[in-house]
Amino acid sequence: MNQYDSEAVTFAPQDAVLVLEDGQVYVGEPYGAIGTTSGEIVFATGMTGYQETLTDPSYDRQIVVQTFPHIGDTGINEEDPESSRIWVAGYVVRDPSPNVSNWRATGSLDDDLESNRIVGISHIDTRKLVRHLRSAGVMRAAIFSGDALLDESGKLRTVESMLDEVKAIPQMKGMSLYDEVSTGKAYTIEPCGGFEGKEPLFTVAAVDLGIKAMTPHRMAERGCRVHVVPSTITFDELEALNPDGVFFSNGPGDPEQADPEVNLLRQVLDAGYPFFGICFGNQLLGRALGFGTYKLKFGHRGINQPVKDMTTGKIEITAHNHGFAVDAPIGETVEAPFENGKYGKVFVSHIDLNDNVVEGLQCVDIPAFSVQYHPEAAAGPHDAAYLFDRFVDLMRSAKEGNRNA
Amino acid sequence: MPKRTDIKSVMVIGSGPIVIGQAAEFDYSGTQACRVLREEGIRVILVNSNPATIMTDPEMADATYIEPIATPILEQIIAKERPDALLPTLGGQTALNAAMALGEAGVLKKYGVELIGASLEAIDRGEDRELFKKVVEEAGAESARSDIAHSIEEVDRIAEKFGYPLVVRPSFTMGGLGSGIAHDEEELHRIAGAGIHYSPTDEVLIEEGIEGWKEYELELMRDKKDNVVVVCPIENVDPVGVHTGDSITVAPVFTLTDREYQKLRDIGIAIIRGVGVDTGGCNIQFAIHPDTGRIIVIEMNPRVSRSSALASKATGFPIAKIATKLALGYTLDEIQNDITQSTPASFEPTIDYVVTKVPRFAFEKFPGADPTLTTSMKSVGEAMALAGNFQESLGKAMRSIDKRHMGFNWDGETPSAEEVEQLLEAIKVPTEHRYLQIQRALWGGATEEQIFAATKIDPWFIRQFELINETALEIKNAEKLTRRLLKKAKLAGLSDLQIAHLRRLGDEGENTIRELRWTYDLRPVFKTVDTCAAEFDAVTPYYYSCYADETELRPRDREAVIILGSGPNRIGQGIEFDYTCVHAVQELGKDYDTIMVNCNPETVSTDYDMSDRLYFEPLTFEDVLEIYEAEKKMGPVKGVIVQLGGQTPLSLAARLKAAGVPILGTTPESIDLAENRELFGEVLKKADMNAPRYGTALSLEEAREAAHGIGYPVLVRPSYVLGGRGMEIVYDDAQLRKYVDRALRQARADTVVSGRLPSPLLIDKFLQDAVEIDVDALFDGEELYIGGIMEHVEEAGVHSGDAACTLPPSTLSDDQIRRLREGTYAIAKGCGVQGLINVQYAFMANTLYVIEANPRASRTVPFASKATGVALAKAAARIMAGETIQQQRDNGLLLPHGDGGDIRRGQQVAIKESVLPFKRFRTPLGKTVDVLLGPEMRSTGEVMGFDRDFPHAFAKSQLAAYDGGLPTSGNVFISVNDTDKRQLPLFAARLVELGFNIWATEGTASVLRRYGIDSKIVDKISVRMDSDPEDPVTTYHAEGSVGKNVVQLIEEGQIDLILNTPNSRGSRSDGYAIRSAAIAADLPQFTTMTEFSAVLMAIEAVKNNDYQIMSIQDHSKQLFELESRE
Repeated sequence: MNQYDSEAVTFAPQDAVLVLEDGQVYVGEPYGAIGTTSGEIVFATGMTGYQETLTDPSYDRQIVVQTFPHIGDTGINEEDPESSRIWVAGYVVRDPSPNVSNWRATGSLDDDLESNRIVGISHIDTRKLVRHLRSAGVMRAAIFSGDALLDESGKLRTVESMLDEVKAIPQMKGMSLYDEVSTGKAYTIEPCGGFEGKEPLFTVAAVDLGIKAMTPHRMAERGCRVHVVPSTITFDELEALNPDGVFFSNGPGDPEQADPEVNLLRQVLDAGYPFFGICFGNQLLGRALGFGTYKLKFGHRGINQPVKDMTTGKIEITAHNHGFAVDAPIGETVEAPFENGKYGKVFVSHIDLNDNVVEGLQCVDIPAFSVQYHPEAAAGPHDAAYLFDRFVDLMRSAKEGNRNA
Repeated sequence: MPKRTDIKSVMVIGSGPIVIGQAAEFDYSGTQACRVLREEGIRVILVNSNPATIMTDPEMADATYIEPIATPILEQIIAKERPDALLPTLGGQTALNAAMALGEAGVLKKYGVELIGASLEAIDRGEDRELFKKVVEEAGAESARSDIAHSIEEVDRIAEKFGYPLVVRPSFTMGGLGSGIAHDEEELHRIAGAGIHYSPTDEVLIEEGIEGWKEYELELMRDKKDNVVVVCPIENVDPVGVHTGDSITVAPVFTLTDREYQKLRDIGIAIIRGVGVDTGGCNIQFAIHPDTGRIIVIEMNPRVSRSSALASKATGFPIAKIATKLALGYTLDEIQNDITQSTPASFEPTIDYVVTKVPRFAFEKFPGADPTLTTSMKSVGEAMALAGNFQESLGKAMRSIDKRHMGFNWDGETPSAEEVEQLLEAIKVPTEHRYLQIQRALWGGATEEQIFAATKIDPWFIRQFELINETALEIKNAEKLTRRLLKKAKLAGLSDLQIAHLRRLGDEGENTIRELRWTYDLRPVFKTVDTCAAEFDAVTPYYYSCYADETELRPRDREAVIILGSGPNRIGQGIEFDYTCVHAVQELGKDYDTIMVNCNPETVSTDYDMSDRLYFEPLTFEDVLEIYEAEKKMGPVKGVIVQLGGQTPLSLAARLKAAGVPILGTTPESIDLAENRELFGEVLKKADMNAPRYGTALSLEEAREAAHGIGYPVLVRPSYVLGGRGMEIVYDDAQLRKYVDRALRQARADTVVSGRLPSPLLIDKFLQDAVEIDVDALFDGEELYIGGIMEHVEEAGVHSGDAACTLPPSTLSDDQIRRLREGTYAIAKGCGVQGLINVQYAFMANTLYVIEANPRASRTVPFASKATGVALAKAAARIMAGETIQQQRDNGLLLPHGDGGDIRRGQQVAIKESVLPFKRFRTPLGKTVDVLLGPEMRSTGEVMGFDRDFPHAFAKSQLAAYDGGLPTSGNVFISVNDTDKRQLPLFAARLVELGFNIWATEGTASVLRRYGIDSKIVDKISVRMDSDPEDPVTTYHAEGSVGKNVVQLIEEGQIDLILNTPNSRGSRSDGYAIRSAAIAADLPQFTTMTEFSAVLMAIEAVKNNDYQIMSIQDHSKQLFELESRE
């Protein structure tokens, strides 16, 4: 039959080899840089937006499989990256583009991967791989090409030796990663679009746990000045910025391993700052409120996910990139468990209709809400951009409330 | 907020006959709609004039009316059935227009019928140019800019504003006269100057030109809660300037970044909201400037469309089905995704394969037509393919087209520099050959930049063509065909046959390549279309092949029957064959696992929930064999049915059998008995039956000899053809020489992948003044069941696919019917038919001739089934699987006694009329091509007229086929040939009695004068199709004439009806100008006397305005009752 099992697998020095921790092996062609890389292997189902995916810090230490076969057609440009570098640990595609065609392109993806030293593999049955990950769950994996395929004596390595290497990779669960992707220095995004050059309506302190460039941009478009600050910021430093609202960004890693950030967030909530969180920020709000988080079998990584806004009943098509989720009761308003309801009542504001995973939290008694998915899109549809308006409204009413008080 | 409870009955309007631009896709969408409505417990009232549709099957609706889609008839049906609501968005533009007309006529209001799916206002906003422009603007997007000018100075000012190129459209001219594209000031002055001159109001519209821009489409859906999803983006490989229906298109988008795509999505959502489509789907087309990214919205359709059928098949998201549910009040999140059965429909499909659609053209049917592809659609069908990458998908789609010369090839020497120059020039003008020309030019050394400059096709695609070339040449030049190389060829979409040709092994080499490939264990795998890129498990077994590692087929328990479909629609092989295939699937599905193989995205058969398994695959020997081999491993396979999908699967029968595939029903040997002239002659001889004298010829000399032996006129054609391709009535030696020369030229040029041998010419006696009859029948080896005896309205010589015909026959005697019955039995028995057979006969001077026999489902099976109230194809499928006719009588599929050949008193009369696409085809000078009917089939579709007698049924057939139907008063223009003049006086007298005025040319008028019938004399004209464009018409002024020729009179709107019987073929261009003017003016015109006698009686019926409507459910009940009474 057409299935290779790992025992019978053969490869040559010019190949690239992808080894999964459960022993599955895929032989293809090297793509991007030659060498070896490892991480948690996950799949992304977007048909567009590979440049945004590659530069999304939430993909730190992950090998990304693209389900769409043709990748790289539109090359790369200087406008679309979501951060200053490629973050994925490795890249798996079926059919890399032989040329670049787009009026905004400034270079090819191949070159970009190589110069960022991103090891990849191409020309494998990516659908087979994705079906496997879907049923077996995401797992650790490594890609080997060039010298990495050879042992010290210059002979081809055995699959077993590569598998041993894969099994030595740390698990994603239990990993704290936001510090390694966060900005070293604070920087500020000024209001733009119709608000360019104007006095900001609001000031936001955005804690960078792996923030994407589009997020502060979406706020700046709405007249906000956004101070993007490192994950290591203290509450005092945060207060010194005199923000109208505080934002916690998306980011990689296990939300269980983020106690300092949870503590920081509780201080923010205690002080009554309007709060908005995205992705990791949602998980942190969940934890701050006393809910647990858990790892999904294969996560949500795509730009076609149906999310229902429980407050309006409307459906939005949304961009997702998360492997963990908040464990909170759906369909009821409950007292937030932390310290016997210190933060009052909360309800699940958004769910994913594919699998009923919690996609958003809305506090009733304090000015805080968050979503698990990506209203900033990039890549993805803009259906959920209204959430930035909600945040602005929250800051506005808080400000007005203060004024009236 | 679930389904509305106030809607208990819904009327659905279909799209009528298949025409270019409106084809089988609306049977697919209408069928889905009917099924959804019935599942929801709603009473369905269906109206469609096209009998060759699944949607008009009795079980699809509670009351089905095969009636003209015209306001008075629709009102009659509404008055009788009193539906609560009307759903007009699933029957194409026809249904939408019908709904608008019913609204304007106040019918909807009068009977309290609510329009669901789209409001009249939304339809208006989507369709009205100015209103739509406003919607686009409010959505924050742009339409193409345009302005009006009355002078060259104004034109210049506009040019300065917009820049070049510019499209100039003179106001109020016919058929786009004087329009053109200006690329610079000189051209602009010339075209606009002439345009201002042509325009009766001295006015031209100047529009910015967007030819050459990138073209995209989005399919969107919106529910009543304002949830919107984009089902699928489609990218056109051919840039703006070629109609999307004529373009190669791919899904999803390839050359846009996410930011650019999301911009389209945002605009699309704003437009669907702005237009107000609130419970259904729409299609929006965009143009994007390739250098700046500027976006222009071209148009939107506030309904289900051809593109939505494509998008549904491409993604597995059933747009029509969901649109129907939305119309009933469901919201997207309340509807389940069929394919995953665990996730909701409120999502956007994401795919992990590449979809390519390739159009199929029929220019060879319309000699003289301009083959340039423009913004007016000309293709008659399409094929779609899915695969793991673009090259593989393109290769599969191109071979799915099933047409000679239509796949890439590398035969012969590398094209010379000179040829490359010519090709680079040729590809500037888009035609159906452009992609082959591009491939050849690249092979000959043209650069990708040169190709882009000439075509504006996105460089990404051009590089892919170049890579296919590179792989092909690597194959061609390799010393040894290694596994690696062969796999590379497969990933580049090359078929075994193409590889065989590359290896210089010829057609037979296909087997060699396959054997080698199997030795290497290199076989395609089958992947699932799952809407979600494998994120969730797919329940629906909808498969495509590609070369990869893992196959997703699942084992089966039940025995399987594989049914081969008919591939892309074409003239001569259309929706009728999909109809018969679907019937087989429905019927055999009760006892077997049905496996459907087809590559036509427009069809019902490729709906993934029709069969137990659907393979969206090319219908070639290679692809079908791989499916069989793969399925054999999944469970028992009883065999393959080849006789329901027309000539395409039938032509595979012998090779499949030789490869060990069991063929169900009539054996390949029996097929050969019927198709091979010599063998068939033996069959007829044994049965003591006549065939028209005939001969065969491989050269001009042989042809002349044969023609003289038979006696002119003769019918000449190549063997093994469907739809009479290449047929011609030849009257003399000179015409014969022309025909043979052309045939020889074509045969020598036949160098391409097609798998068929060049065949001898067949020369038959042409039966003049004969009555032609089509008989469809079932045969189980012993018993014969006549499905229907259809008498042609026109005399023999008009292709049976183009002729109007009536069932029951209107003039045949009992004795003649007996002879037809006996003849059909003898032929079916003699050939060894098991299943369906179609025989064409002619009675000339009461002698019965057998013209031809086809041991397969014919074009008329659906019509005969509807007219006789039984499901012939279902019964045929069971007979092919080994059952008897008696069993079908017992199980109720066939009448308990008698058959469709019996004429019962009180039986309704059904008339099939053909619909012709001449309006679409124009000569390079902008004239329509000649409309004269002949032995070459040219119709794209058919309608059925159904009433108590022949005149009423015929009148309805005309109303269904032509807008407005027959006139009841006014001016008739008559010009008949000398032979017909003797019959004329009686006709003319009747016309006068009916209140018509007669206008005639001098010769005809003179005859009428001698019979005491007055007529106005019209100047005679003579035209040559190939004559000087400046002065194509010569007018001969006749004494006492009105001083105008008929073309002028037609253009002035003075003529209401035309009878124009042509002279023999040699001088046929005489009537050409008249016929083309009549088409342009949409006038009913008739070219044979027999048909005109039917017209006269029908006009009387129209005058009486006493049509009777009867649902086919009632009709069937009546037939079964009549049957049991007799």
